[in-house]
Amino acid sequence: MDITVIVIVVIVTALAFDFTNGFHDTANAMATSIATGALKPRTAVIIAGALNLVGAFLSIQVAKTISSGLVDETKITPVVIFAGLCGAIVWNLVTWLLGLPSSSSHALFGGLIGATWVAAGADAVKFGGVLTKVLLPALLSPLVAGVIALIATYLGYRIASRGRDATVKTGFRYGQVLSASMVALAHGTNDAQKTMGVITLTLIVAGLLPPDAGPPFWVILSAGLSIALGTYLGGWRIIQTLGKRVSEIQTPQGFAAETASAAVILTSANLGFALSTTQVATGSIFGAGAGRRLASVQWGVAGQMALAWLLTLPAAAAVGAVASWVASTGTVGTIIVALVLIALAGGIYALSRRRPVTADNVNDVPAPATVGAAA
Amino acid sequence: MINWGALGLVGLVSLAVGVIVVVLVATALVGLSARELAEGETDVSPDGGASATIDGTPPVGLATGPAMSEGAGTAVAAVCLLAVVAIVIYGLSLIIFHH
Repeated sequence: MDITVIVIVVIVTALAFDFTNGFHDTANAMATSIATGALKPRTAVIIAGALNLVGAFLSIQVAKTISSGLVDETKITPVVIFAGLCGAIVWNLVTWLLGLPSSSSHALFGGLIGATWVAAGADAVKFGGVLTKVLLPALLSPLVAGVIALIATYLGYRIASRGRDATVKTGFRYGQVLSASMVALAHGTNDAQKTMGVITLTLIVAGLLPPDAGPPFWVILSAGLSIALGTYLGGWRIIQTLGKRVSEIQTPQGFAAETASAAVILTSANLGFALSTTQVATGSIFGAGAGRRLASVQWGVAGQMALAWLLTLPAAAAVGAVASWVASTGTVGTIIVALVLIALAGGIYALSRRRPVTADNVNDVPAPATVGAAA
Repeated sequence: MINWGALGLVGLVSLAVGVIVVVLVATALVGLSARELAEGETDVSPDGGASATIDGTPPVGLATGPAMSEGAGTAVAAVCLLAVVAIVIYGLSLIIFHH
């Protein structure tokens, strides 16, 4: 296949991944605001989409990590990147169907690693970079975010208990609008860069950019628009899980969770750590739930999420590896992979219509049982 | 090689910023409560008991508000909210102008 054609195919696929990343992760910024009623669902996704676009222009540190830190770009081809993206998209769609807030980032990394391993051998995977820039932050970031949210929630309740109830709740509700906006901005800053990194990596591999080059403006713009559009459409299933199934969230908790998420994501993005915004946001929500009353957190849901997190990287890697193996047979193989991806995406969408979750019914979930008194 | 220093920095800065912002906002709301109470707004019902909370959820604060003068409450709220705005602007400027 002509190199120009495959580069275009990879860019389109990368933007499709970015789109799934957007609707998969809308919940990270807006789940608690929608759950507490601080923002109406439609308003929330409009704000999130716009700020994701703005956030995409704020930094390129993470994009550089993706394009130069995970796989040896001298040993792979654009077809390998295409296969990796297929693995990531499939995993994103499956977890979206199940309403599980798994990491789009880890799906992307897993897909790329699996595809690269099959196509160029294990030596082409920079396991040191994977460990230090991906796995370690992935393990630590939800814990750190959870602890911050827990402490912040506890202190927030302790202090606010001396204020007038109506003022406190109204104030935190307004605060949530701002903190959710900060998370959306942080998400754009962190996650849009991953697609920028993949496209930049493709252009480097194809010889269209020099090694260690940063993303061109059109790459930043297209990645920002793609994730913003996905975010605007809203992944209502995951919003429902994070907003209503983890814990009965009050406005002070929502504010604390979102503030903790924004702090962790923006600080990490500034230092080039490609962490998972999903894991950070989820860790924050669990921390905020535990900060008010320990028993109100649905730890069973946490277990399901933890299992999905553990499976994300190897599952996406497996799909990426298979896609890479099939695509390596030539043009026909690449076309087969593309057709299978489109068919799977269509099938998953059709399945989702059996029990649609929309802006109109996203909050129609019985509240988790609560016991004990406020902290 | 693992850059523990950078990872530690992320943790410490995030912890400090996240907790301080929430504490400042909560303190500002306590200050605003005193101001609103002085302006005659109250959640206490005519029979002297606490009225229902504004949204039917369990109460976070008091029905009556804090023991703080209107001026002190306003000053506390203003200082805390300005500090939050300063922290957010400084953080964003680091990200935007650092690169």
